[in-house]
Amino acid sequence: MTTRALPDDGDEATLVNAGVETRPLFDWLFGVAVAAMVAAYVRAVFFTPIEALQGAAQKIYYVHVSAALSAYLALGVVALMSIVYLWLRDERADRLAESAGEVALVFLTAVLTTGPLWGKPIWGTWWTWDARLTLTLFLWFLTAGYLVLRGAVDEPAMRARYSAVIGILAALLIPFIHLSVYLFNTLHPKPILLKPDRPSMPNEMVVTFAGFFVACALLCIALIRARYRYGLARDAVRAMDAASAEDE
Amino acid sequence: MRPSLLSTTWVIARKDLAIEFRTRTAFLAVLVFAVLGIATFYFAWDATAVAAIDLAPGVLWVIFTFSGLLSLQRSFGVELADRAMDGLLLAPIDREAIFLGKALANLLFVAGILIVTVPSVALLYNLPLGRTLPILFAIALIAAVGLVAVGTLFSAMAANTRLAELLLPMLSLPFFVPIVYGAAQTTSMLLAGRPVAEAWPFMKILIAFDLVFLTACTLTFPYILEE
Amino acid sequence: MTHVLEADGLTRTFGGRRAVQSVTLELDAGECLALFGPNGAGKTTLLRLLAGLLKPTAGVARINGQLLRGDAAARAQVGFISHQSMLYGPLTVRENVELAARLYGVRGAAAAATDVLGEMRVLDRAESPVRSLSRGLQQRVSIARAMVHRPRVLLLDEPYTGLDALGAATLTEMLARLRGDGATLVLVTHNIAEGLEVATQAAVMHRGRVVRRERREELDANRYADAYRELVGGAT
Repeated sequence: MTTRALPDDGDEATLVNAGVETRPLFDWLFGVAVAAMVAAYVRAVFFTPIEALQGAAQKIYYVHVSAALSAYLALGVVALMSIVYLWLRDERADRLAESAGEVALVFLTAVLTTGPLWGKPIWGTWWTWDARLTLTLFLWFLTAGYLVLRGAVDEPAMRARYSAVIGILAALLIPFIHLSVYLFNTLHPKPILLKPDRPSMPNEMVVTFAGFFVACALLCIALIRARYRYGLARDAVRAMDAASAEDE
Repeated sequence: MRPSLLSTTWVIARKDLAIEFRTRTAFLAVLVFAVLGIATFYFAWDATAVAAIDLAPGVLWVIFTFSGLLSLQRSFGVELADRAMDGLLLAPIDREAIFLGKALANLLFVAGILIVTVPSVALLYNLPLGRTLPILFAIALIAAVGLVAVGTLFSAMAANTRLAELLLPMLSLPFFVPIVYGAAQTTSMLLAGRPVAEAWPFMKILIAFDLVFLTACTLTFPYILEE
Repeated sequence: MTHVLEADGLTRTFGGRRAVQSVTLELDAGECLALFGPNGAGKTTLLRLLAGLLKPTAGVARINGQLLRGDAAARAQVGFISHQSMLYGPLTVRENVELAARLYGVRGAAAAATDVLGEMRVLDRAESPVRSLSRGLQQRVSIARAMVHRPRVLLLDEPYTGLDALGAATLTEMLARLRGDGATLVLVTHNIAEGLEVATQAAVMHRGRVVRRERREELDANRYADAYRELVGGAT
């Protein structure tokens, strides 16, 4: 019985003929995102005034908060796709959730590393167990748990269902986390931008921050999309392997 | 004639408690852990450096969390042996009833542990018993509802995976944080004699958590059981 | 015409693997389908689909016209016996069977349990914990558990495994009686002779498909074993 394995001739045409969607050589979205990040960095470092009280270290704020918000964006995708999956049972939703989850972990790691880098010059300590930092740490564990769970379930449909349930529950948890910050008097600066009233930074800094956030979000989306395409190719190859194994 | 949600819940809870009572090993194991844990904290305590009233809430809630986790670990193990769970799935009962029944059994299990641990902490740290015991029990019970709701769901999930012992704590602990936080803040405020109005916001977190997650976990549980 | 038990293009895949492919069959009251096939053919998966334990990837399973999956009332008419006992070891025989009775909404759960335990000849061990029983006795309790709500459809996955001669005889006698009363049975077994004894239909599964199905009177029992071996090649 002949097997339908792909000839390993390194030829992309073979993959295309077999129906596997291949990635274009240049990912334009990713390129734009990287360019935007570079521009944002340049503006933040060279063209934005230094804050009086905190000094140059305050500029980490742009990265730190942008990364945090982008991480929340990615986690939002996870939550939304989790609901969509349970509702429609479309594997694309599950694949998108998986991609967004991995990217979220990367951005959360960035938040947790820039936090101490900012904290040391400002607070004199690398880490404090104040509410928001602690809870971001737990968010990191939550996302890591999501990915470990995915790794621990072999059957695709079960994996998608379990991940979707965790995704939804994690989304419900986040408001409780955010709520706790307001009740706990901490070292962590009170939210500057996400307060109910007007932001208390001078306009120049707000513009820099806005630009940084947009660049960061673009990067986040570009990464999710690239990861999704990888997932698509990987699943297509798996399906072909399973089908050809059955024919034997 | 199909049994109602409530009666099915109770039938399943009773079954779990009967199994637990028959073997008793799990309950005693968790109890021993809790008591030893409290004792260890006590011996590690420098009474001249930290006041009892500052340390006691922390000890209580840490022990609460970890004995809660231990209790939850055994929750679905009993269903996996001989595929007993299939017996429940074949029956014409709501999947939600299976969740509520097991959660109820877990809650009573945890309550049993609390009956020993809360007074132990109060005694060891010389907390004024008459005033504090009812408060501590009440907060502990409310916190336990949230703990058990989330933990029962995750226990079901983890039991079906390869990394069960890792996944249950790893998934649950982030969810336990608001519970422990709310409970610990409330406890230390009330023990320090602060007015209830000050502690109320933290209690609100606890109660809101319970309501949200009891509902969410009950509604998502059928997706875990589905094959 | 509404059949008692019906499968229509029933398919189930796990990951990429097609465990059951487009299985179609119908059974009416008083019929028994004997299902043969090598290991891994998909017999257990098919039975679990018919019991409503698995969700089909495609196709439907119906009992008396009602969809099995997602319909609790349909599940109430099914009894399922597998080679795993589905019993709780620490609980007694009686407690296990009464639990099943309560979950199925049987009125007078205690009396129903006593009846069915008597029929399966395990009443004398009713107060013993299940884990103290031998495998064979556990199997009898398992059967009693599946029968306590008097299902109209009974699905049996290799029920003769572990039964001694008396247990096997009791089971065969019970199956024949049930068939006579109008119940519908699906019996998966490795023992062709035992299977053909109670069957009104016989089928062979291989690699997820039903490759042969016929009525009992159409086949020659003596030749069937040989025909079966030929059909499944060298597979065991």
